[in-house]
Amino acid sequence: MDGGGLRLNMNGLDYLILALYFVTVLGVGFAARRAIRTSVDFFLSGRSLPAWVTGLAFVSANLGALEIIGMAANGAQYGVMTLHYYWIGAVPAMVFLGIVMMPFYYGSKVRSVPEYLRLRFNRPTHLLNALSFAVAQVLIAGVNLYALALVMQALLGWPLWTAVVVGAAIVLAYITIGGLSGAIYNEVLQFFVILAGLIPVTVIGLVKVGGVNGLMDAVRDSKLGEAGLHAWQNTGSTANPLGAHWLGIVFGLGFVLSFGYWTTNFAEVQRALSAKNMSAARRTPIIAAYPKLFIPLVTVIPGLVALVTVKGLGAESGDLQYNNAIPLLMRDLLPNGVLGVAVTGLLASFMAGMAANVSGFNTVFTYDIWQAYIRPGRSDDYYLRVGRWATVGAVVVGIGTAFIAAGFSNIMNYIQALFSVFNAPLFATFIIGMFWKRMTALAGFWSLLLGTLVSLSLYLLYKGGVIGFNSDLEESFWGAGLAFVTAVVVAAVITPLTAPKRDEELRGLVYGMGGIDLKGDVLAGDAAWYRSPVLLGLIAVALAALFYIPVF
Amino acid sequence: MDNHSQPAQDPLIDSTQEEQRRSAAARLFDIRRVIGGLFVAYGIIVTLIGIFDSRAEIDKAEGVRINLWAGLSMLVFGLLMLLWQWLRPAEPPAPNEQQPDA
Repeated sequence: MDGGGLRLNMNGLDYLILALYFVTVLGVGFAARRAIRTSVDFFLSGRSLPAWVTGLAFVSANLGALEIIGMAANGAQYGVMTLHYYWIGAVPAMVFLGIVMMPFYYGSKVRSVPEYLRLRFNRPTHLLNALSFAVAQVLIAGVNLYALALVMQALLGWPLWTAVVVGAAIVLAYITIGGLSGAIYNEVLQFFVILAGLIPVTVIGLVKVGGVNGLMDAVRDSKLGEAGLHAWQNTGSTANPLGAHWLGIVFGLGFVLSFGYWTTNFAEVQRALSAKNMSAARRTPIIAAYPKLFIPLVTVIPGLVALVTVKGLGAESGDLQYNNAIPLLMRDLLPNGVLGVAVTGLLASFMAGMAANVSGFNTVFTYDIWQAYIRPGRSDDYYLRVGRWATVGAVVVGIGTAFIAAGFSNIMNYIQALFSVFNAPLFATFIIGMFWKRMTALAGFWSLLLGTLVSLSLYLLYKGGVIGFNSDLEESFWGAGLAFVTAVVVAAVITPLTAPKRDEELRGLVYGMGGIDLKGDVLAGDAAWYRSPVLLGLIAVALAALFYIPVF
Repeated sequence: MDNHSQPAQDPLIDSTQEEQRRSAAARLFDIRRVIGGLFVAYGIIVTLIGIFDSRAEIDKAEGVRINLWAGLSMLVFGLLMLLWQWLRPAEPPAPNEQQPDA
């Protein structure tokens, strides 16, 4: 049986810690129920949450399976270059979302990211994006659920189907009952539990290898060698652990992929739309950028510790795959007690990821598909009920896709990679539409469609072996870049040939058209300098640049 | 609500905006209480485990009394969350969100 060697020695107290967490999560869902009376209460927390809550939920929604397990694996495989996924591949895009794009999202009162496309362009563009987002979210929810079940099976010895059903039932319960408030509050809680689980692993790991200096010496002697300790050295060619040129890192990862993911992914942006005013909405992704700066301390460092302490790590299959870096350290280093907290943190991270997918899905399904195209003009209570049923539907389909994923785990990984490439043309369409008022509705539709088709075709040609790339990462850089260029070119060609929208229709949606009030809903205290989105954002970007200096 | 700086109107968005005055969001509890409570509970459990840790468990963690340290840290963190809520209770919702036409 695979994973037998990873089995943790959990005792009753560890299970008590885990059980206490599950009870709390469900309690939060039930307690959030009394705050739901309208559909906006259910889907957007009534636009009432403070910035620190939405900010931590924003970062937590991304701390899913891929993030914790995957980034520790990347740390062990690629070394310090993994930091690019945080400092250039996330922080600048999060700051850009808060400073530049959030005024359009929050100020226009749209209820979802696809809805912005309906107002700015037309219904076909909207439907295209709403459908692809909805499909992607249920598929990815299934992948997250399957990953959760795999960890529970390997670490705790639970049968796969039990783990799938238990995980799904808990997420289903707290979102159906508590809506987005249930999801967001649990994400904030999960953020702290995840840290409480990962910090002890990191601390004991560092003690074991003799502190930071001991770790650096050990990495020099490992198969990564000196190159494992540098983020930018040798990026003038592709002769570095990541196999990436600095141009690819800056433009592919830092610009197209990262801006595509962080600025247009509704599962993320939804957290900011639930903030209580414009200032809080703009600060949401920027507050999230600060924990994001420091998360590599508890993912990349354990990855490196695993590399130098676990003999044979990096096997193609079995217990010693890179993906098991953190579970292996937990098994080897944590005594009962903190072990229970660490397992709880790991499970919390998987549930956070799935909950973000499900709560993004139910909103887009209800507002952007059901209300806009299938049953318009019903009462608000009706859409609230539809949202609850959509949540049930998403989780049930997610269980189905989890079992498909069980049969084709590689294929599901590919699907996830594929959807990440879809974000690049979407980002191009958004950014041109926000800053070029002349861009027409038809141009928006064709930019999005053709850009997506280009990235899709390149991906399929690569997978079919027709076109070769050095790595999956290189393919995604190129796919995203080409899709972005295609969207720009299509917009430039079609716009002059078609009729523009009237200026009044673009108020609040396009830069320079007015209609956005950055200060109209300020609360006492929001004027303080330490709550200025621009200042906070610039400090975050400066810190990201400074942090690179010791690991250049 | 002022009229000089309004974004473009849309019937679907307006219909849900109108429902906002029925919103029950103000009844949402404060999450700091839950975070504080859970971490105080974890802190007490893990600190107690740490006090009674055997030599084998301390050796497994490279000689660090990790349960004791982690337990006390979580306890302090939980108490700080509760203290924060006690010192700075949630700000009341802005009046213009409650009564748009008052």
